[in-house]
Order: sequence, then structure tokens, then C-alpha cells
Amino acid sequence: MGNWPLLSVITFLPLVGAVFILALVRGDREAVDRNARFMALWTSLATFIVSLLVWINFDDKTAAFQFVEKADWFTLPGGYTLTYHMGLDGISMLFVLLATLLTPICVLASWQMKHRVREYMVAFLALETFMVGTFSALDLVTFYIFFEGVLIPMFLIIGVWGGQRRIYSAFKFFLYTLLGSVLMLIAMFALYHATREAGAPTTDIAQILEFARTKGFDTGLQKWLWLAFFASFAVKMPMWPVHTWLPDAHVEAPTAGSVILAGVLLKMGGYGFLRFSLPMFPDASIYFTPLVYVLSVIAIIYTSLVALAQEDMKKLIAYSSVAHMGFVTIGIFAATHQLAGDQTLLGTQAVQGALFQMVSHGIVSAALFLCVGVIYDRMHTREIARYGGLVNRMPRYAAVFMVFMLASVGLPGTSGFVGEFLVLFGVFQANVWVAALAATGVILGATYMLYLYRRVIFGRLTKVDLMDITDLNLREILIFVPLVILVLWMGIYPAPFLDVFDASVQGLIQSFKSGACIGNPACFAVQ
Amino acid sequence: MYTAAVFLPLLGALVAGLFGRVIGERASQYVTSGLLIISAVLSCFILYSVAFAKTGPEPFVLFDWISVGTLKVQWALRFDTLSAVMMFVVTLVSAVVHVYSIGYMSHDHSKARFFSYLSLFTFSMLMLVTAENFVQMFFGWEGVGVCSYLLIGFWFERDSANAAAIKAFVVNRIGDFGFLLGMFLTFAIFGALDFTNVLPAAAGLPGKTITLVGGWTIDGQTALNWACILLFVGAMGKSAQILLHTWLPDAMEGPTPVSALIHAATMVTAGVFMVCRLSPMFEYAPVALAMVTVVGGITAFFAASIGLVQNDIKRVIAYSTCSQLGYMFFAAGVGAYPAAIFHLMTHAFFKALLFLGSGSVIHGMSDEQDMRRMGGIWRKMKFTYAMMWIGSLALAGIPIFAGYYSKDMILESAFAAHTGLGMFAFWMGIAAAVMTAFYSWRLIFMTFHGKQRASDEVMSHAHESPLVMTIPLGVLAVGAVFAGIVAFGWFVGEDWKTFWGASIHLRPGNEIIEHAHHVPAWVAYLPIVVGVIGIALAYAMYILYPNWPRALARRVRGLYFFLLNKWYFDELYNAIFVRPAFKIGRGLWRGGDGAVIDGLGPDGVASLTRVVARRVAALQSGYLYHYAFAILIGVAVFVSLYLFGVVR
Repeated sequence: MGNWPLLSVITFLPLVGAVFILALVRGDREAVDRNARFMALWTSLATFIVSLLVWINFDDKTAAFQFVEKADWFTLPGGYTLTYHMGLDGISMLFVLLATLLTPICVLASWQMKHRVREYMVAFLALETFMVGTFSALDLVTFYIFFEGVLIPMFLIIGVWGGQRRIYSAFKFFLYTLLGSVLMLIAMFALYHATREAGAPTTDIAQILEFARTKGFDTGLQKWLWLAFFASFAVKMPMWPVHTWLPDAHVEAPTAGSVILAGVLLKMGGYGFLRFSLPMFPDASIYFTPLVYVLSVIAIIYTSLVALAQEDMKKLIAYSSVAHMGFVTIGIFAATHQLAGDQTLLGTQAVQGALFQMVSHGIVSAALFLCVGVIYDRMHTREIARYGGLVNRMPRYAAVFMVFMLASVGLPGTSGFVGEFLVLFGVFQANVWVAALAATGVILGATYMLYLYRRVIFGRLTKVDLMDITDLNLREILIFVPLVILVLWMGIYPAPFLDVFDASVQGLIQSFKSGACIGNPACFAVQ
Repeated sequence: MYTAAVFLPLLGALVAGLFGRVIGERASQYVTSGLLIISAVLSCFILYSVAFAKTGPEPFVLFDWISVGTLKVQWALRFDTLSAVMMFVVTLVSAVVHVYSIGYMSHDHSKARFFSYLSLFTFSMLMLVTAENFVQMFFGWEGVGVCSYLLIGFWFERDSANAAAIKAFVVNRIGDFGFLLGMFLTFAIFGALDFTNVLPAAAGLPGKTITLVGGWTIDGQTALNWACILLFVGAMGKSAQILLHTWLPDAMEGPTPVSALIHAATMVTAGVFMVCRLSPMFEYAPVALAMVTVVGGITAFFAASIGLVQNDIKRVIAYSTCSQLGYMFFAAGVGAYPAAIFHLMTHAFFKALLFLGSGSVIHGMSDEQDMRRMGGIWRKMKFTYAMMWIGSLALAGIPIFAGYYSKDMILESAFAAHTGLGMFAFWMGIAAAVMTAFYSWRLIFMTFHGKQRASDEVMSHAHESPLVMTIPLGVLAVGAVFAGIVAFGWFVGEDWKTFWGASIHLRPGNEIIEHAHHVPAWVAYLPIVVGVIGIALAYAMYILYPNWPRALARRVRGLYFFLLNKWYFDELYNAIFVRPAFKIGRGLWRGGDGAVIDGLGPDGVASLTRVVARRVAALQSGYLYHYAFAILIGVAVFVSLYLFGVVR
């Protein structure tokens, strides 16, 4: 097993499947659609199984990169050789799993899709390649390609298979993310330039991390680079006030598009903060932490209140995502508070909480969008007011929705609690007021979710067109059961998940500390 | 045995919840009720071995939960006298309620769901009382909250029930906000969240300056006060104390057995339990204790005052519950934790009895809850009538009934505290005692005596409830009569120290339990006297002179409406919290997101691009001299920038 390039297999297997679908699936439309569906399902399931193998073989005792694959790619005119460098550590491991888990679920959820099925499945498989690539690339160039590559299929999924205002939404989504990307690209050039000045030109992420830990970038440069990366990641997250693309994108995207968007794409921002911002620019991270706190706290309270006023189910869940991501960002940047002369790693709970919250949200919000999709498929409307009393006809659906609703609210025993608890717990040690303000999200979150649930599920079934709505079918049950199990497993016994990134987060914070303390041994005394 | 007692209800809940349709409604009822009865029997054994034989186990770990860095949280169970007493109360009342519900819910369509929720609730409550750390307690705390939410909204077709369910959950969440922060602060102080490490360490804090786990230094006493106050905010939410009480009366939308189990006997007492469980912390947090006393005293008085004028039979009892919880809190506040738990136990019996009794009335009266449409029905349901008398006698604190012992003990403790706040609580308690007796007999007289006010049709159907409902009433009645006299010696009498062992901690010098037994005679007799006065007043107003109430209401119209509208708390909260939240939300959405962010952001940029494009297109005029002029200006700008050294 050790010699197999497992990571490349996971990354490119979906793309191979996509090529196969394009090249081989022929025949009348019916047959094309059916074969494309099954090809996509089998490919994504195979990918998922391989990624499970990776998880089983993953060593959670070390913070080092594992399953590393490194090969020279090509030499640039200037003499610099680009490398194809892939690898996983505890921080990226679960995101890869999340992507490989959600893709087959998306394929299943799109089983009823009628319009250009072949292209649709190809888009999803390509998307999976880019997503996995993003989380496992260890070279700036490959990372950038994957990171931006994600945009293309997503843009198409919204723009081609979306709702009525899909063009507007797709462009809004594209504009926002592109703006961030351009700045990030410039920052990447600057990173390369800075390492060249120091005598060791590299675009290798692992080497840059090592450089940041031992030599460190100039503080002034750090601030600029931090801001440039921040522009990109903050949009992806999304943080307030660059979040307005998200509700529109969700509303117009097809169900599976929303699932991937909420489940995986939003995590790329948080991943970026942990992979780049924090360890590469520790001084700047400390400097900008108050900014992140302010934006995050605003995000939590502001978007929770906005969610309360929504009349569209998808918009409501989209706004709740922004609020939940606010917890993630404060959790990540709580790592910048460290004690002078104390060996305890203060930030670990908050950062691990943030990571856990991202994984949990990836499942819970994906499931919530699937829940919306179930009734959207039947009624073709997302308007809350058009529903009510569904529990009378759809008890199984109501039960499933209830589980995810409670997980979103952060009920202990579900995955939502563990992340939220750890973040608030960690942040409280760092900054009491931020923790207290963020904790108000716990109250507001319960309000808008319960209110949504009440309007859709409870009440008397009076609307005529709902009278013969059907409960979950076997395919839908198959989709939801694994997600329900995961949510409860992660809530009751989260250790297998927390352990995955424990060593890596410790390592991350250690290198953050040493990076921040270069040339300033007493640096944490001021905190 | 210990683990089984806690997890059997969960098993029942899962069986009924997941396979309810497969095994059928009858089987679901028997499985859940049967498992609960087993659990109740086990709890009796546990109580015996823990509190009397002293052979209970040390806290033991089930498995790991959330362990990250310095934070170690495990699933672990703790069985000491305090948890054993709570388990006994919870499982006993729950078993009784399960059996009663078989009769009460016989006409309902989703019995499996109902019994599943009830058992799930019981499990959560058991997790709460046997928790060995704050986080697990919070798990139970939230678990009972969700079950309460589900059961209040059980009849989901009613809008009012759904609204009440959400209100209960959200108001409790406000309390949880405090609980969470209190928990974090506790960790910052002690560096741990398990009771074994935290509780004994609290005694050493006052007078010391400590460094919190966040790096700042603070006076130990102040830190402890804050932690306890924040935790108490959580208790206020769960136990419906003033300011966070508004959900409890609305919670009566749930089926009556739910009101008896959750909103009278068990869940709402979780706050009291928490303060007692954390007595080793609260004992050294005088400011927090003062707050507990004041809040408890005010709630006892204010809730009783509202109970005086309510017309819904369940709401009267709900406000009474609120008021009795106030008693328990101020008992804890003056340091008499054993008295608080004593009253918690007796109250569980007689209040569950009252609720189930009123449920029996409602059941017999074709689901009528308004006392103004009852009256004169005692002949139709003599057993229920007798049960309501027993419950009311216990509630009013008439000698030999259970409530007499516990309530007297609380009032005597408050007096014996010899502090200003203690006296405040004492007089609040006395005033509440008059009102308690009054509204209890007002309820009895309006419901069972006087003229028949229900329609003849309803009256013709009015009937005594079946055995499956009356036997549970009988069981509770035994408790309501004898629980006080039997348990007095163990809980607060001569054996209290050995009985409670280390599960309740009183700081050295807190001799309140001893002092409470040596108060002046008038203090001991006053509660009985005011109780009798209350009953007499009710008799006068509702039997002898039935026009008095209306005349009085007309005379003091303002006060009457103030009480009838529950001190206008709901109106106030709606005006300052609920409506503004929705309004702000809409404003931020349309104004903030729509106009400002999108307006300046993508939409603005897009339209700006269009405008600029049009302008730029206009620049391409085709006239040579336009271009030449532009080039000239450009060169000039560049040269000057170069000269000034801006560009190099």
C-alpha cells in the first residue's frame, strides 16, 4: 500500500471518470443520462473508498505531511523547476474526506436531474478533483490551479443548472472570488520573490512554512501578504461584509451545488487561513486579529438577525452558514494569543474547535440543503410561506430535518455542539468579550432555526398542493442515513475526528509561536 | 445496576421512537413504561445503597468525550446522595406519569412518539443529575430542554403550542448563554471541568489572587462570584425564575402529563439541583448567594400574586410551581441546601399530583381547562377531588402533609439566617404562603364546588378517570402525605449530615440547619396560620360570597389587570426584544446587505463599469487632436512625477 500514489488517485480518479463519461457514454438520451449517472456514482464511490483507505492509514501522531508525492513538473525559463507536490496532514485530511463523501451524495441527490445530465455529472467530478487537489496541493502553483479551478465547474453548475436569476448569481459569485484570487496570486509571486531574495527560491508550501518558522518574513511584507491572502479567503469563508454572494449563489444553485458550496467550498477559506495566513505570517496574524474578531462577531450577530427575517429557506440556511463561519474565524485567530513563558498551547482548543466546526458544518449544512432539496423537488418552491404542516404527511422527513436542525443549533450530543463549544471555550481564555458576544449567536441561532422548522414542518396542513406530498423515498433515505449517523457519532464520540488533527494543530501552533518570536524572545509577554 | 438505571429509559425511547410503527402503539407504551418502572426500582436500590448503606461507587468513566489539550471531558457518572435522591424522584414520578399517560393519551394518534419523548426526557434528566462534569450536565440540561420543546409542541397542529415550544427553548437558551460562560470561567479558574477536581478546590479561593487560564490575574473571590452568577443565570432559565420565567406558563400548551413530569416535578427543578450540586462553589461566593436569595424571594412572591387571578386551571398550578421554585432557591441562597432539596422532593410529589389531578379533571370535562366553565363537579369525580385536596393541603403547608415539613424548614432557615436578605426572603415567603393557600382553594372551589357552569352536554360526559389514571394519582398521594414526615429526619433532621455526606457542602460556620430548628415559636407557627387564613379567605370569597371577587376586581381594576396580564412581562419582552429583533433583521437584510454592501460592492461595481465603459467609448472620438492632447498631458504627468522622485 505504501508505494501507491493514493493521494493522486483520489485527486484524479474523478477527472478520469469525467473523461470517460465524455468520451464513452453514447446512445440515445435516456441511455446517456442513465450511464452518466451510474458512471459518476461509481467513480465517486470508488474515490470515497480510496480516501477511506487513506484515512485508515493516516498516522495521527505526527504533524508532518503524509502520503507525500513529489516529482519535478517542468522548468520555467528562468531556471526554476516547478514541482508537483502533494501531501496531507491532520488539517487537510478531514476536508479531503468531506469532499469525497459529499460528491457521491450529490450525485445521488441529483438523480432526478433531467437537463444535460452528462455535462452535469462531468462538472461534479471535475469539481471533486479540484476540491481534493486544493486540500492536498503542497506547491503554490498547483494549489492556485486547483483553488481557482474549483470556480469553473461551480460557476457552470450555478449558471447552467441554476434557478431563474442564475446568471446574476453566477457572476456575483465569480466577481467576488476573482477579486480575492487576483490579490492572492500577486501575494504568491511576492512570496516566491521573498524566498529568492533570501537565497532559496521556492514555491513549495512546506519549504515556505519552514522558512516562516525559522527565518521569518519581514513584518511589513507580512502585513501586505496577509491582507492579500485574507482578501481571497475572507470571500471564500465568507466573512462579513463580503458575504452577499453566498445567499444569492445558494438560492440559484441546484441542490447538489448548494451542498458542495456549503459543505466544501466554504471550508477552503478556513483551510487557507490555517495553511497560509497563520503559520506564514504570524506577526501579521497577531496584528490583524482584532480586525478578524470584529468582522466575525459582526458576522455572527448581523447575519443571525438577517436569517431571522428570511422568507426563502435556502437564503436562511445560507445566512446561518455565514454566522457559523464567524465562529470558525474567531476560533482560528484565537491561536494568536499565547502566554509568556507558558508551555501550554492556549490556542489549541479554539483552533481544533474551528476545524471541527468546519467539518461538522460541512455535513450539517450540506444535509440542511439536501432537506430543502427534498421538498423543492416535490413543490418547486423555496418560499417558506408555501409550506407548513409537512409533518402530517412526511414524518420521516420531519425527523431527519429535526436532527440536522438541532445539530445546526449546536445541541450537545450532535456534532454542532463540539465545534461551537471548543471555539467558545478557547476564545474565552483569549478574549472574554469576544467569547461573550459570539455566544449570543447560540441564542439567535436557536431562534431562526426553530422558527424555520416551525413554519415548514409544524402546524396544520392546510395548503391544497401539499395534500399529497410524499415522504422520503429509499434513495433519499440512503442519502440521509449516513449523514445522521455521522452527526451523532461526531457529537457523542468525537475523539476519532479530534485525534486526526490534534498533532497537526499542536505543530501548527508551535511553528506559529516560533515564527512570531523570531528576533523577539519576549514577544508573547505583550499579549 | 447503576448504569442500567440511567440508560434503560434511553433504550425505551429508542425502541418506541425508531420501531414504534413496527411494534405498534400498545407495545411501545408497555416497553417504555416497563423499562421506566425497572429503572425506578433500581433507583430505589441505588438510593438505599448510596445514602443509607454508604456503599455507592466512586464516580466512574464510561468513555472519552471531548479531550483537547488541557481540556478533558469524559462521559462519566456520579452517584452520591444528591444524585441518588434526584434519581429516585425523577424515575418515580416519570414511571407514574408513563402509566398515567397510557390512560390520558388513549385518544391520541401518535402514542409511540409521545412515550418515546417522555423516556428520552427521563434519560436526559438522569444524565443531568448523575453528571460528573459541567459539560455532561450541560448535555442533560440541553437534552431536557429539547424534550421539553418537543413535548410542549407535541400537538403540532396548534399554533399556540408551537409558539410556546419555541419560546421555551429560546428563553432557556438565554439561560444557557450564562451557563456556558460560567462554565468557561470555571475552567479558567480551576483548570478543569469535572466535579471531583473543581468542587473541593473552591474553598481555597477567597482571599487569594489567582491567575486565570487566560493570563490575567483576579481576586479569587470575585472570580468565583462571577462564575456562580453566570451559572445561576442558567439556573434561572431552566427553573423559570423572574425575568426568565415567561416560558413556563405558556409551556402548559403541552399535554398535562408533560406538565406534571417536566414542568413541575423534574426539569424545572434542575436549576435548584445545580445550585445544590455546586454548593461547594456557591458557599464561597457570597454575592452569588445573595442574588440567589433575592431572585428566589421575589419569584416566590410575584408568581404567587399572578396565580391569584388566573382562570386556566393549569396556569394557576404553573405559577404555583414558579413560586415554589422561588422558595427552593432562597433556601439555597441562605445556605440551607438540604432544605431546598427536601422541598424539591416533596414538591415533586404534591405538584405532580395536582397536575395529574387537574389532568383528570380536564380529561373528564372534555378537554376544558377554564375554571370559569367548571364548578360543581366534585360528585362526578370524587377520587380526583380527594386527590386535589391532598395535593393542595400539602402545597399550602398544612401539618402532617409533606409540604408542611419542607416549606416550614425553608422559612425557618430564611429566618435563622439572621441577615437582611434572609428576612426579606422570609417575609416574601410568608406573603407567598397566604397567596398559595388562597389560590389553591380558589382552584378547588371554582373547579369542584359552586354552581355548574359547564354545558349540560359536557356535564353528562363528565366522569371519573379510569384506574390506569387513578392508581398513579394514589401513588403520588402517598408521597404527598408521607414524604415529609418520613424523610424529615434524613434530609434536614438529626441525621442530615450522615445522610448527605459530602454531596452537599456547607462552609465551616454555616450552621443554618441547626439554627433553623431553634427559631422562635411564632416563626414556626406563622406559615400554618397564614395558610389557614388563605384558605378561609378563599372560602369566604368563592363559597360564602361569590360576588366578592368580581366586586373586588372592579374596585382595584388596575391591580387586577396587572396581575391578570402577568405583570406585563410578555408585552414588555415583545416590545423590546422580539419585535425589534425581527425588524432589525429585516433592516440589515434590505438596507445593510442589499443597499449598502451590494450597492457599493458587486452591483455598484457592475453599474460603475457600465458607466465608465460608456465614458471611455465616448473618449474615442476619432479626432486626432483629442488624442494628441491626451498624450501630451500624460507625458507631462509622468515627467513631473519623475522629477519629484515618485517614480523611479
